[in-house]
Amino acid sequence: MTHEPLLTVSDFSVVYDVDPPVEAVRNVSLTVRRGEILGLAGESGCGKTTLAYGVQRLLQPPAVITSGSAVFHDASGTDVDLNTLDAQQMRAFRWAKASMVFQGAMNALNPVLNVGRQLGDVFSTHRPQMSRGERAEESAGLLDLVGVGRDRLRSYPHELSGGMRQRVMIAMALALKPQLMIMDEPTTALDVLVQREILEQISELRHQLGFSVVFITHDLPLLLEISDRIAVMREGRIVELDTASTIYHHAQHEYTRRLLGSFPSLTGDRGAFVRGTDGTSEQGSVVTAGEASR
Amino acid sequence: MTTLELKNVTKRYRIRGAGDILALDDVSFTLTSGRTLALVGQSGSGKSTIAKILTQLERATSGEILLDGKPVPRRGRALRRYRQQVRMVFQDPFASLNPYHTVRHHIERPLLLDHVVPREDVEAEVVRLLERVRLEPGTTIDRRPHELSGGQRQRVAIARALASRPGLLVADEPVSMLDVSIRLGVLNLLADLQRESNLGVLYITHDLATARHFSDEIMVLNHGTVVERGLADDVILNPQHPYTRALRDASPDPERHFSGTGTTAETRS
Repeated sequence: MTHEPLLTVSDFSVVYDVDPPVEAVRNVSLTVRRGEILGLAGESGCGKTTLAYGVQRLLQPPAVITSGSAVFHDASGTDVDLNTLDAQQMRAFRWAKASMVFQGAMNALNPVLNVGRQLGDVFSTHRPQMSRGERAEESAGLLDLVGVGRDRLRSYPHELSGGMRQRVMIAMALALKPQLMIMDEPTTALDVLVQREILEQISELRHQLGFSVVFITHDLPLLLEISDRIAVMREGRIVELDTASTIYHHAQHEYTRRLLGSFPSLTGDRGAFVRGTDGTSEQGSVVTAGEASR
Repeated sequence: MTTLELKNVTKRYRIRGAGDILALDDVSFTLTSGRTLALVGQSGSGKSTIAKILTQLERATSGEILLDGKPVPRRGRALRRYRQQVRMVFQDPFASLNPYHTVRHHIERPLLLDHVVPREDVEAEVVRLLERVRLEPGTTIDRRPHELSGGQRQRVAIARALASRPGLLVADEPVSMLDVSIRLGVLNLLADLQRESNLGVLYITHDLATARHFSDEIMVLNHGTVVERGLADDVILNPQHPYTRALRDASPDPERHFSGTGTTAETRS
């Protein structure tokens, strides 16, 4: 991992223009470095998904980007300001340079097309010069890469397990060898064993292919293990951004500490207050719970 | 003192065209008041099948279920009395509460149906139950589920489960749908209630960390079979069965990760 930036987001704001307007993302600035895994942590409604969608310009009205820019520093050396691209250029940019694994693979795949067709779609859109045979070969290679195996090309989503569907989504996101992959809660619905396999695969592929990952989840312990750096988001703002180790050992912000305190430790003592304390927790005991754990 | 005993319980689901699925294979365990037992395992391991059999939403294919030594009644008033004793809290508080009805209605129903208190005391009992789950009765009693947060909804579901004064509570992933910062609040509440009323709690979860801190004992289920059972700390810190070890090693654990004794093959740059 280098300190070379891949994506620079500055002063980015998104408002849902309803009554009253909701400021979902407020003046967010952050840099994604080339080759890093950047964790984006936060609870539901904190704006983490809106930020990711906003950067990719995938938001629909009533969402409005009210300020800021997102600049992509391409490997070729040119900088692309995503706000200045027209629809056609944006369409070409998405997936080829920055792809996305959406929340809930179960719903993201088309149930009436086999996965080979859906992988092939990526190539027929972005690489129209490819022949049918080449598309099939590329798709097969992708399924091998993510450990699903090319014999599943003709399978329909319902014939695959949740973990396999998630891998198909990852294969699709890798299809055009993007430099950035945004993953929105990619393993939340999966078992810990399957989750671990997929995380190890992502980590391996990243080393092999050198892309950066923005990993969005509420599962802070998971982020602490896989991320190089972590941004903690709350009410549309990034309250803290630092290396995983610093966030874990020396969190500065009170909210980060509270979030850390929400997860009892698996093998350590942290969190032991749940069992065996005298029953004095009160309504909304979140803060007390977090503080009691340290 | 209430004791619920499962003896050699087997459950087979018949799937048309696909033969039988053996969801539970010879499962035996005891749940006693005053104790919390966590049931962990992957999806499909049979955790929820156990919950459904305990609350008699499903019948076991074979085996015995004994409440204080007596077999579970199969129908009628006796079955209703059994269900008063063994109540359930479901995973999704958005789905388990009726959007058309107020909080009052949700908690009144079991009180009226089971004649827990005389009719004229029902209102006071609803208030008492809301207070027990640390909800402010004045501001919540007339609200409908959509006006409450996820955590408040789950508290209403817990109050409803407690209405018939059960000895045992089956909580099937009670916090996994809630936001992370309020999960411990709800678990702490369950722990408090468990102590106050000497409840026996079966805590079904896939989260080993909360299982360890919240429960006295942990039981590990794999493919319908209990592979390990023991004191919470022993099962997590010193697992005997390879499956338990695999589950533990796959669970995120920053403490282990940063202390450099990671057991996973995580490669970092």
